[in-house]
Amino acid sequence: MTPDISLSQVPAHARHGSSIGRPLTRREGVLKVTGVARYAADNHPAGMLYAVLAASRIARGRVTCLDVPAAMAHPGVVAVMTPANRPALALDPDAKLHPFMFRLDLLQSDAVRYANQPIAVVIAETLEAATEGAALLAPRYEALPARVGLDAGESFVPPVVGVGHPAEQLVGDVEAGLASAARRVDATYETPAQYHNAMEPHAVVAAWDGDSLSLDMPSQGMAMAQARLAGLLGIAPENIMIRSPFLGGGFGSKGLIAGPQVLGILAARLVGRPVKLVLRREQMYGPVGHRPPTRQRLRIGAGADGTLTALAHHALITTSTFDDFFEPAADASHTLYASPAIATSHTAVRIDTGTPMFMRAPGEATGSIALESAIDEAALACRMDPLAFRLKNYAEVEPISGKPFSSKALRACYAQGADRFGWAGRPLAPRQMRDAAGMLVGWGMGTATFPALMFQAEARAVIRRNGGGVVEIGAHDMGQGAWTALAQIAADAVGLGIEQLEFRSGTSDLPDGGIAGGSAHTATAGMAIHAAGGEAVARLAELAMDDARSPLFGAGNAGVVARDGRLFRRDDESRSESYADILTRAGLAQVEGRGKSGGDPAAQTAYAMHAHGAVFAEVKVDPDLGQLRVTRLVGAFAAGRIINPRMVRSQYYGGMIWGMAFALHEEAVTDRRSGRMLNANLADYHIPVNADVPEMEALLVEEHDPHVNALGIKGVGEIAITGTGGAVANAVWHATGMRARRFPIRIDDLV
Amino acid sequence: MKVFDYVRPASVAEAIAAAAAPGAVYLAGGTNLLDLMKGETLRPDRLVDVTRLPGLDRIEWLGDGGVRIGALVRNAALAHDAAFATAYPAVAEALLSGASAQLRNAATVGGNLLQRTRCAYFHDPASACNKRQPGAGCDARGGENRLHAVLGWSEACIATHPSDFCVPLAALDAVVEIEGPAGRREVALEALHRLPGDTPERGTALAPGELIVALRLPGEAAGFAAHARYLKVRERTSYAFAVVSAAAALRLEGGRIRAARLALGGVAARPWRARAAEESLVGVEAGEAAFRRAAEAALAEARPSGDNAFKIELARRLVRRALALAVAGTPARIPALPASPFPSVAGARHDA
Repeated sequence: MTPDISLSQVPAHARHGSSIGRPLTRREGVLKVTGVARYAADNHPAGMLYAVLAASRIARGRVTCLDVPAAMAHPGVVAVMTPANRPALALDPDAKLHPFMFRLDLLQSDAVRYANQPIAVVIAETLEAATEGAALLAPRYEALPARVGLDAGESFVPPVVGVGHPAEQLVGDVEAGLASAARRVDATYETPAQYHNAMEPHAVVAAWDGDSLSLDMPSQGMAMAQARLAGLLGIAPENIMIRSPFLGGGFGSKGLIAGPQVLGILAARLVGRPVKLVLRREQMYGPVGHRPPTRQRLRIGAGADGTLTALAHHALITTSTFDDFFEPAADASHTLYASPAIATSHTAVRIDTGTPMFMRAPGEATGSIALESAIDEAALACRMDPLAFRLKNYAEVEPISGKPFSSKALRACYAQGADRFGWAGRPLAPRQMRDAAGMLVGWGMGTATFPALMFQAEARAVIRRNGGGVVEIGAHDMGQGAWTALAQIAADAVGLGIEQLEFRSGTSDLPDGGIAGGSAHTATAGMAIHAAGGEAVARLAELAMDDARSPLFGAGNAGVVARDGRLFRRDDESRSESYADILTRAGLAQVEGRGKSGGDPAAQTAYAMHAHGAVFAEVKVDPDLGQLRVTRLVGAFAAGRIINPRMVRSQYYGGMIWGMAFALHEEAVTDRRSGRMLNANLADYHIPVNADVPEMEALLVEEHDPHVNALGIKGVGEIAITGTGGAVANAVWHATGMRARRFPIRIDDLV
Repeated sequence: MKVFDYVRPASVAEAIAAAAAPGAVYLAGGTNLLDLMKGETLRPDRLVDVTRLPGLDRIEWLGDGGVRIGALVRNAALAHDAAFATAYPAVAEALLSGASAQLRNAATVGGNLLQRTRCAYFHDPASACNKRQPGAGCDARGGENRLHAVLGWSEACIATHPSDFCVPLAALDAVVEIEGPAGRREVALEALHRLPGDTPERGTALAPGELIVALRLPGEAAGFAAHARYLKVRERTSYAFAVVSAAAALRLEGGRIRAARLALGGVAARPWRARAAEESLVGVEAGEAAFRRAAEAALAEARPSGDNAFKIELARRLVRRALALAVAGTPARIPALPASPFPSVAGARHDA
């Protein structure tokens, strides 16, 4: 079902003729705030049953007994799915046919490899009955000692980190650079495990019809989910229909289909009726990914004038015992600071945890807070202002590769951010500033960066004789504003006002919109839309230019431009013709265009492509009580062309708040003996509240990038987490003199 | 979830009768009990819903200038009652520093007194917890315990009581009115919560089936209104439980302290009335030296129960600050950030 997206609002300051660049509010906003927007778990097909997971309460061992009869005897319980009766799969869930295929826990055995692993599914007529059925299973275990934390086992060098990157990279001679340095920093930082905690829990409503499968399910990548499910279930991908019009956040945890969602589908297969399965909050701490803890050692050498001589960044990370995801934390040191010698390396330790997964700025966020803290320490060692030190080591080319940047407006970010914040005059030494109430005041900064990626996508565009148009793409709105931003691109692509355009998205039967991840969705889906619209317009132009009756006849090489439902001769805008006239004369109801997008390998080989930014933070700290508050955050970001400044600011705010949370709040607490999560709820797993950041500003710094893609779009979804964590930590140091070496910063560290 | 009986009595007598059944618990705002049931920490057989009992939702002023608060008065209603906030400003400030606006709208006075510890090992049914299952052991010992008790704990239990509200109540000699199978009785708020000893499963002085029907604050306690504060150290600016909190109330004459009340929160299984510290303050000049002595006295018996030694020094500092703020005087309005050491943002109101 395509949601009915209202097109009601047109801002007063709209630029006539172009939708790109307008600060439109969310087109689905009214649906959301009135509760009309239908999220996956809001669906209730006829005859639907409820499925509830039973999750392991040990972290390692095996299940020796499940009291299935007790659960089955509970009124309303229809079935209990265990390893004994789970429907057969066409592919072993532990098979790994390619690095991007992650192993799933689908009741393939009685083994337990992390706490909160699914060990059974109870299906019942009501949610309450299924919940109690799961409790009545009263599992018994044979438990083995849990391996918890970064020191729980032998570390090893992973084969690759992130998405196929080498675990170790080197340019120059780091040891020589350190040896020759006049100033050195050698510091180790720890970051905790964090969980995505999307507001909307992972959910699925699954209905089988023979070998066809209908799914309401939040997804950041519907086509990938189709392919994964097709492999597991032994059915054709096109027999799987996914509806994912809205997500209540994903942050990477809904990029790949999660094991519990597949279990909901299998439960529907088992009982032959539609089934809904929604994870409980605490069940999201295990089987749907997380950001792993890290211990990072930074070694920095600099000359007496502050010029870097060496930068070495090592990250120890955890991963699960049964799969390979390696957080590329040290790679954060590849792109930001010019150094003749850079070495990055990773080691990993396997512990009894669910497999970590891509979580908003995976690697970039963890690496950034350590790197930006260490750079601050290096600036201090050189007696330099932190901004001056960063400018001194400004990278004119990408340090790790030597490639030129496709565009880089970081200097402007530094300048505009510093100016807006009022950075000038900041004392170098800590504990120099107090407010009227006696609170210590500190200012800190950090550099933000995130790669500008492009994936592959397809789109379809139709221009109709009645003056309207349709653009279709199976894209994903996670809350970031895709319904709005992509429609803006679509309107311009077909040369129509956004009010004349029907934009269809959010279902898997539309052209593959790629994945909403890597901050690349607007660029990737947008470029497919741009190409499809361009092709439809080209068809129209062909019809007009070949027709002697058209005012555009013979435009030839001069070409035409499409705007407001008309084609204009590029070299003479007095000559134009409406789409309706062109199609009417041609006797056609519509023209159609199809488009594809993907990265340009030649440009990607020639250029380093990144968005950049600078974040400035002010904190106040009670000198006796250790109470800490971020009183101001200013970020300035350059990320190519801005499609919708309102949505982009919103992404930057969200990222900056997350970065602040990285420094001050977020931490999954695991019992060191049992491996069980102790704060798997949103009361005890702290994320910031409004009162934590009274004043925040995001500046959009102009940047034109001719190389990333034809529209010049870089990503904005993740960059603002980077830089911010370090800026807050550095501000805490400036206020108190306490250098944080473990995150989040706690009251214990400050008193 | 577990199938349970739900009964909605029409009178206190009916409620007490209904709660006599084994496995029965009272349900009021549900902000704590329902979470515990969903997490399978508690699995009661019967919920006795007291929210519709008549006459328990009133704030009544008494002849001595004190106040009697029905057990079903919502936290938000009490905190925003102007006369109450004027007479007992530290109590109102404590209420507004707790939980979120939504929770304060739902939570009741009686329920707040009986909220359960936030100890993760109590909440996690797979962990050993003497409070949940007598004799099972205590996984908080040797576990993640940086926020656990530093006063009054035992080998059997190191949990703390999480209430903000109860801390100034303990300082101000609040009295709890109880009805039960054996009739009506009163207990000092300070004696309502029990220290764990060897029986941490018995968290309160309530006998089975007993129901809190009202809370009283004496008129004498309103005499501290000019110099009363509640201060709370927490790990985010709002919607967080106290790491340590303190209620301080003074009566001053000239520069001297005529009477002092002091209680700590987040440090023990009960709101911790610091009587020795109070005595050390009486008759002395209000100032840093006196506050320092009081802080030492208040924490004299404190010892870490795990990775929480920092809480002892933090509590001392908090006592000194709370006393200093009390001397400075109760603010004309409850600050926009109640119980925070951060001054209010200009123009912001707690109820804006």
